[in-house]
Amino acid sequence: MNAAGMNIIDLDTSSVRELNARLHGHGHGGAEAPSAWQVLNPHGKHSLAVGLEAAHKVLIEGHAGYYCGGMNKEAEITVKGQCGKGLGENIMSGAIRVEGNAAEAAGASGRGGLIVIDGDASSRCGISMKGVDIVVKGSVGHMSAFMAQAGHLVVCGDADDDLGDSIYEADIYVAGKTGALGADCVEKEMTPDHVEFLSQLLERAGVDRPAESFRRYGSARKLYNFDIDNADDY
Amino acid sequence: MNGAEEIGRMCGIVGLFIKNPRLENSLGRLLTPMLVEMTERGPDSAGFAIYGPEPPQRRIKVTLSASGEADWASVAADFEQILETKIEYFVRAGHAVFVLPPEEAGIRQCIAARHPGLHITSIGSHLEIFKDTGLPAEVASRFGLDEMIGSHAIGHTRMATESGISAKHSHPFSAAPDFSLVHNGSLSNHNGVRDKLRHAGIAFDSDNDTEVAARYIAHRRSLGRSLQDALRDALRELDGFYTFAIGSADGFAVLRDSIAAKPAVLGETADWVAMASEYRALAALPGIENAHIWEPKPATVYSWSHDQMAQAA
Repeated sequence: MNAAGMNIIDLDTSSVRELNARLHGHGHGGAEAPSAWQVLNPHGKHSLAVGLEAAHKVLIEGHAGYYCGGMNKEAEITVKGQCGKGLGENIMSGAIRVEGNAAEAAGASGRGGLIVIDGDASSRCGISMKGVDIVVKGSVGHMSAFMAQAGHLVVCGDADDDLGDSIYEADIYVAGKTGALGADCVEKEMTPDHVEFLSQLLERAGVDRPAESFRRYGSARKLYNFDIDNADDY
Repeated sequence: MNGAEEIGRMCGIVGLFIKNPRLENSLGRLLTPMLVEMTERGPDSAGFAIYGPEPPQRRIKVTLSASGEADWASVAADFEQILETKIEYFVRAGHAVFVLPPEEAGIRQCIAARHPGLHITSIGSHLEIFKDTGLPAEVASRFGLDEMIGSHAIGHTRMATESGISAKHSHPFSAAPDFSLVHNGSLSNHNGVRDKLRHAGIAFDSDNDTEVAARYIAHRRSLGRSLQDALRDALRELDGFYTFAIGSADGFAVLRDSIAAKPAVLGETADWVAMASEYRALAALPGIENAHIWEPKPATVYSWSHDQMAQAA
């Protein structure tokens, strides 16, 4: 621990397993109570700071590999670099911020909490999201919010083809251009309630941009029920 | 990826295309850490295709690999006898690069008849392919990758799960002069495509699915298709999941299948274009902090060549 009360773990000398065990409160020097952690020399290693259940503040000083912050509860994780695929997969609560880009499937199946990506996110951002809020300051790749069930995906840049394919009930907000929308995804009315909610979410994410400049997309609800006219397709 | 029964899902691929000629002397020095960074994705074997300077007098480079000890002097003597000229060669670990007159058929015949234990890894005016078993860092240092110079290169780190680990199974694969390919993924219809190509008179070295991709693309090019068009043909013909990095005499291309589930990230600055399975392989490149970084879209051909650059200038 340094003078500022920060626990420092250097991944040039410690393993990822040691890092996660300490963050889970196991072993020598493990976290008994929420505390501040600094992770040095991550070098894009996979599974950094996964499965946290305490309100730690974790600062990853560099690039993270796959599944960073997966299954996070309560903790606040900041990555000062780029992230590999599956960032914050199945996040339950807490917050994850990435100062660079995130690879595929950021926030996949996330149930709660907030993910903020300062750069771009790649394809399938928010795939099967179930309540998480994802704010991408840049653009997202193809098939983002695929089969999204609940939560909010906010894209300040553009969204590539097949946005919201087979979406259930999540809300998607895009400020820039969209490619071809996915099956059953349509543009929807932006009501004052939506503007108010989005303004609050943008503020929480630290985005200085009027909510009115976004368009809203969601489910046309045409895929919800079996349609006898489609029987021949099966 | 590997043999027909292969179900492995790992492997790492990298590629580097130099835009600023002043960096050409550093090609190997820049590629080495990229390859080593992909060790966790493929610790069994590694290989790389280097596009270096063209030999004088319209000669070509033929890279040979030996599985054990090789008597390179006697190989050279046989080439001199058959090709009726003095030749030069240099040895790098278990490989040797021979600088020969451009008589591919005679060269292949000589190897097949007199040195059947040797394997031709590449033929071309620019291309040299080195590949072997071992950790990527060991393979790179064995061949002296650090000192290699050239305009572009692709590399591969392999994790075999079911088929054999050997230099011959390793990537890159070459299927035509100056053409090389590395692959992350696996093809599901490679047996059918191989049969079709065999009917068209194409010979195969292995039952490897990646070799099918390399030979298919090379075959389309031999029919007069451009590299870009041949890659678009591949999207229709090859079923499976893949990210390919492809090298040709003049350039470098990247292609992902239409689902794009295998990883790939591209970075570009005024000095270089780089590709890797994961961002961390690019993280040590000079100027990366200001590079344009993105993940290539599915079913989209990305290509760079010195010719395109000259036209754009």
